Amino acid sequence: MEKILGIESVYAGYNNEVILKDVSLEVFDDDFIGIIGPNGGGKTTLLNVILGLIKPFKGSVEFFDDSKASRNNRIGYLPQINKIDKKFPITVNEVVLSGLIYGSAIFTRYTKSDREKAVETLERIGICDIKNTSIEELSGGQMQKVLLARALVSSPRLLILDEPNTFVDNQFEGELYEILKELNKEMAIIIVSHDVGTISSYIKTIACVNRSLHYHKSNKISEEQLASYNCPIKLITHGEVPHTVLKKHHH
Amino acid sequence: MISELLEYKFIVNSLLAGILASISCGIIGTYIVTRRMVFLSGGITHSSFGGIGIGYFLGFNPIISAAIFGVFSALGIEFISKRSDIREDSVIGILWSFGMAIGIMFIFLTPGYAPNLMSYLFGSILTVSTFDILLMLGLSIVLILVFTFFYRIILFISYDQEFARTHKIAVSLINYILIGLVALTIVLNIKVVGIILVISLLTIPQSIANLFTKNFRNIIIVSIVIGLIGAFMGLVISYKINIPSGASIIFSLVMIFLIAKLFQIIKGKINLKKQKI
Repeated sequence: MEKILGIESVYAGYNNEVILKDVSLEVFDDDFIGIIGPNGGGKTTLLNVILGLIKPFKGSVEFFDDSKASRNNRIGYLPQINKIDKKFPITVNEVVLSGLIYGSAIFTRYTKSDREKAVETLERIGICDIKNTSIEELSGGQMQKVLLARALVSSPRLLILDEPNTFVDNQFEGELYEILKELNKEMAIIIVSHDVGTISSYIKTIACVNRSLHYHKSNKISEEQLASYNCPIKLITHGEVPHTVLKKHHH
Repeated sequence: MISELLEYKFIVNSLLAGILASISCGIIGTYIVTRRMVFLSGGITHSSFGGIGIGYFLGFNPIISAAIFGVFSALGIEFISKRSDIREDSVIGILWSFGMAIGIMFIFLTPGYAPNLMSYLFGSILTVSTFDILLMLGLSIVLILVFTFFYRIILFISYDQEFARTHKIAVSLINYILIGLVALTIVLNIKVVGIILVISLLTIPQSIANLFTKNFRNIIIVSIVIGLIGAFMGLVISYKINIPSGASIIFSLVMIFLIAKLFQIIKGKINLKKQKI
């Protein structure tokens, strides 16, 4: 178990408005953390801090393996699908390959090994058959797999997924979590979700984010505990989802 | 003899202008359409009229002052819309009408009659000078080079800016460069189709191309070819019945669009029949 990321007493937000207050979190290489919390509570802000898209007002974000070789591909990121333009004229293969472009490498072209990596990743996710398809023709589930492949193609040490279970059916969700379970053997995973019910059987720990962060070192959590963490969200159980291990409380 | 030569030079210039307009609009139009920047481009187009007015007033070549004015408006829109307190489309609306207002003010302040004013509004390929052609040629060369060498990075940023940022790519810088090129393309094509119509040269060929291909590179290539056909048809019509070239080129392009759409619908129906549904 090796520590890969340390967030220490971070204050962050936008336009001088502080959203996250005194947030600390340690991520180890075999972690599978679910980040939950109400809308506007700062889940996205926390992701942006980890991704380096915004600089914290105060506090530090540190990656422990800071060697030059690993600096580029330490994070694989899967954004919310509704941020993506579905009509953009680009093929699946082009999307996945773009996961290999970093920083100043704007002149160079894709190498043979880049293309091989893309094919390997597509095979791993099981979507090699749609390699040359335009993204406009994909279903929601296929699109999520393409974005997952783009996040994975650089073999990151930490995979971050922002609401990967929106606009997809239950069957796809099951498939996705099985893939993630496999991937977790090689990399740490952080998943942001509004839907605690479905993810709780796959994740190992829960981080509740509502302005501040409470780290719950188990995947079982009750509404009372959530309330005590100042994280007032509803736990919904789904009839069709096989494993829901949330405790139910009768009042 | 001399009048024949002059006429010959006009025709050669208009043909060259048509070819170069198709190339620059084919490339930049694809960028604009796929990034959904059509309204923004409309704003840049109209605000550049301010530059034309200033050019008349100060006695410059209006295209030069329009280019400067257009590029600065474009960079301004890009800069202001980054700050979240003003909506991007409102900024565009303000600059759109502000540029027009500046243009009208300076044209009325200029003593005497403003020659060729109509050609800037509606386009007149006959007034395209050799200097204009050289500017358009330079622009086309720059665009071809930029979109060849930076193709994958432009595609990457256009598709998903935020993801590109997480990969430490200089997204803002590249956005500024590209929006500057958008402004230059718009202004240098004003002579061909006019301020009011230039946006169609950047959107109709791409919309036709997009009916047949879903690949960024192919949309550029097909748009250039369609632009060429539209320009030649428009020039012939313009020459035969003596109307501004801008209107006849756009008319031709919309006709091509309608035929292409009809063709696509019929093809779809035939495909359905083949599947016996």
